[in-house]
Amino acid sequence: MLLSLLILIPLLAGLAAFFAGNQAKALALGGSLLTAAVMGYLLSMPAQSAALEFSASWLGSIRANFTLGLDGLGKVTTLLTAVAFPIIFLSIWPNNYRDAHQFYGLMLLTMAGLMGVFLATDALLFYFFWELALIPTYFLCSKWGGERRIAVSFKFFIYTFVGSLMMLIGIIYLYYKTPDQSFSWKSMTQAVLTAKEQAFFFWFFFVAFAIKMPIFPFHTWQPDAYEQSPTATTMVLSGIMVKMGLFGVVRWLLPLFPDMSTKMAPIVIVLCIVGMLYASLIAMRQSNIKRLVAYSSIAHIGLICAALFAQNELAFNGALIQLFSHGVNIIGLWIVIDLIEQQTGITKMDDLGGLAQKAPTMAVLLVVIALANIALPLTNAFVGEFLMFNGLFKYQPWYAVAAGISIILAAVYTLGMIQKVFYGTSQNALVVKDVKPGVAVALVALVVMILAFGIYPKPMLQFSGHHIDSLTSMLVK
Amino acid sequence: MNLVVLAGILGVVMMFTGLLVKQLRVVSGIAAAGLCVLFISNLWELYHAPFFTLPESSMLATTRFGLLINQILLLAGILYVVLFGRHIQVVGKHVADYYALIFFVYAGIGISTSYTNLLMLFLGIEIMSIPLYILTGSDKRNLKSNEAALKYFLMGSFSTGIMLMGIALIYGATGSFNVASMNTQLSFNLIVGILLLLISMSFKVSAAPFHFWTPDVYDGAPTAFTAFMATIVKVAAFAAFIHLFEGSFEMLNRKWQLLIAIIIACTLLVGNITAVFQQSVKRMLAYSSIAQAGFMMFALFAFNDASREGIVLYGAAYCLATLGLFAVLIKMEDYTFDGFNGLAKSQPLLAGVSTVFLLSLAGIPLTLGFFSKYYMVSAALSTGGKYLWLFVLAMLCAAISVYYYFRVIQAMYFKPLGGVPGTSTSLTTSTTRAFNYTLLVMALLVILLGLQPQLLLQFLYF
Repeated sequence: MLLSLLILIPLLAGLAAFFAGNQAKALALGGSLLTAAVMGYLLSMPAQSAALEFSASWLGSIRANFTLGLDGLGKVTTLLTAVAFPIIFLSIWPNNYRDAHQFYGLMLLTMAGLMGVFLATDALLFYFFWELALIPTYFLCSKWGGERRIAVSFKFFIYTFVGSLMMLIGIIYLYYKTPDQSFSWKSMTQAVLTAKEQAFFFWFFFVAFAIKMPIFPFHTWQPDAYEQSPTATTMVLSGIMVKMGLFGVVRWLLPLFPDMSTKMAPIVIVLCIVGMLYASLIAMRQSNIKRLVAYSSIAHIGLICAALFAQNELAFNGALIQLFSHGVNIIGLWIVIDLIEQQTGITKMDDLGGLAQKAPTMAVLLVVIALANIALPLTNAFVGEFLMFNGLFKYQPWYAVAAGISIILAAVYTLGMIQKVFYGTSQNALVVKDVKPGVAVALVALVVMILAFGIYPKPMLQFSGHHIDSLTSMLVK
Repeated sequence: MNLVVLAGILGVVMMFTGLLVKQLRVVSGIAAAGLCVLFISNLWELYHAPFFTLPESSMLATTRFGLLINQILLLAGILYVVLFGRHIQVVGKHVADYYALIFFVYAGIGISTSYTNLLMLFLGIEIMSIPLYILTGSDKRNLKSNEAALKYFLMGSFSTGIMLMGIALIYGATGSFNVASMNTQLSFNLIVGILLLLISMSFKVSAAPFHFWTPDVYDGAPTAFTAFMATIVKVAAFAAFIHLFEGSFEMLNRKWQLLIAIIIACTLLVGNITAVFQQSVKRMLAYSSIAQAGFMMFALFAFNDASREGIVLYGAAYCLATLGLFAVLIKMEDYTFDGFNGLAKSQPLLAGVSTVFLLSLAGIPLTLGFFSKYYMVSAALSTGGKYLWLFVLAMLCAAISVYYYFRVIQAMYFKPLGGVPGTSTSLTTSTTRAFNYTLLVMALLVILLGLQPQLLLQFLYF
């Protein structure tokens, strides 16, 4: 029952927010904090506790049930969702949106959808939430976004919709091949498929997840969508929603197609590495700060996906930690960008400069977050990326070498960005105030997480450790 | 059997009502009451013995599936009269006659969902079609309406001819008009007969390549009657279509699936791709109804229990959503996409319910449309993965359909009021409270059944 609260609280708060008028802002923050509190309570429970599973009947005749479960992987992603949303709401507290009650309502509905995706252990339910998380985001991007918002968010929607429909065919097909004709995760993994069927449906699932992540060559919706969406939605998109794709790989793709995943791993990893290098090179040439961060995100996600397909314990560990860390880091980056954009209306780096003098606190916090983006030691990303490179190296040294180049490139474009925006000649015409208390709390919370998990990553490793044991034993069989 | 007899009687009653009652609102009220009587009597038949029993040797036999389809269509009919009553009154002078024709259509529906004999199929389809020819041309002073009626009548009679030819050939091959008798050894005559039947029924449900009449007729007919024939009549025709080949499916199986797969692929492609290029929402809905027919054809591809569940859900989803959209459309002054600009600001309720209906047609989860598509595809996939290309194509087409459905949503929510000069978002007639509540209830029903389709499906089994 507690588990369903993770979905219910944001859902009800979201519906209430539509009618809350000016109170919507407070309702959103309150609802998300309450969810985070429930999450904290759930994390304190022992791993085998009965509270971590929930089941209710839904569609009896086709054996699809409303089953939720929280395991190691789920803990990482749901914790990210539960932590990220309050921080996002805090950081946008000073902003004034038009029709704010709708904005906050839709944000909360997105949160409910995301929680559902990360908790569902029934394939049909998973698909249900997978789509549900998409709809509010579509409305958020189309209504509150930038100039080209309608076309861009539509492209984003169609891309993901095509992918998810492919997955739906896969889910239905597998359903008929399960021994007991049910959608539960367990029986789906027992589906008996011929090699040819496996080859087909592996790609059906993979495309859905790859579009969401996004992996080269399915990434073209992403920079546009990140740039044009309202920044608060971009935080959700880049920080949490891309994790749906990675989560899908770990929860569904690898266990459902263990043989095929091993067989196709080189192709997928090469795609990831090509995407990483390609995105990094493009990021270096960007003058728009939002697009730079968007491309940098493609590079980082590519590495996580490559590590997942390397399929050894080190890589899994790193990837699961990085699922969380990447979310924290990129949301931090977007908060700072949002601050700059809200105050100056500028997103071109060449027009900015010397902000460090005007907003010293912001500069310090951003530098820490940016360093985490490059995965410097003592930051959370270092732990994850180090483990992932280690795992990738174990799988095939040359892949690790090629992927490693992207780290150097990441340093080039991230430091370049800091230099252009915060240092250099000061543009006197720009009026930038330092961070307000509410936003400062959000940013400090993120920085604390970055440093804490960078110095002492053990709690996070414990979450993932459990899951990885069962996952590796499953894949090796 | 209740439906056939009572609908026929009520049709005659309506004709005389026109002579006796002059107040149009009363006429609409009587029609709605009549439909409620039909609804209740059909519901009675679901649980109890019918009022009118026929001997064993008769050519009609009700099935639970047929009754459930009747039930859905009657509910849609009541909603239809509530939503469109005021617009039927302004089409022409003979309001009571229009309602009489609608009751005759229902008599035809009753026959089409319960026939066991090919002659009865012919009668049912004809009783359904002939009133529609008249309704299409009911806007007598409108040239487009006349053209549409003539086109519909010519094409319709042509397909009727083909159907009769098919029935004659089947009689020649098997020596019987009984539907069950089609399930024998295939002979040349029988194959040609079945093919001709398939063609004529495809025409009635506007499956490509027999769909050419649809856009013009739907566009030309008065919108109030377009809504009726695009939803209720179409679903009834599908029920008849499925019933026709249910018995003989086993024998036809292999070649049949390829044939149907080709028709489905054509229908989906033609419907979806052409809909993308439309500028008028009414025409877009006409092509969308072709596209949706493509999905309903999956029931003919599979022929199993799941496909019967699928057609029940699909019928309900499609009727609710399309009726609702037409009800909103008929209130608009401007039928183009731009006419919907900024509707969310001026009419938040209408925009909200339209969004639910559009999402349902597009098959997004949390709406009934998702489960109807799910059951269809699932039923077809359960017959094996031999036609995987067809499913991939269907999914791509579903994605294309998002394009044109979402264009309406974009216009309503994200485009400014009166953004394009020369367009207007004002409504022709104001909405009444009953109208708004009916739409709201329909939208809630779409969502409720989208969460729990079992609520509807349980009527198939008990």
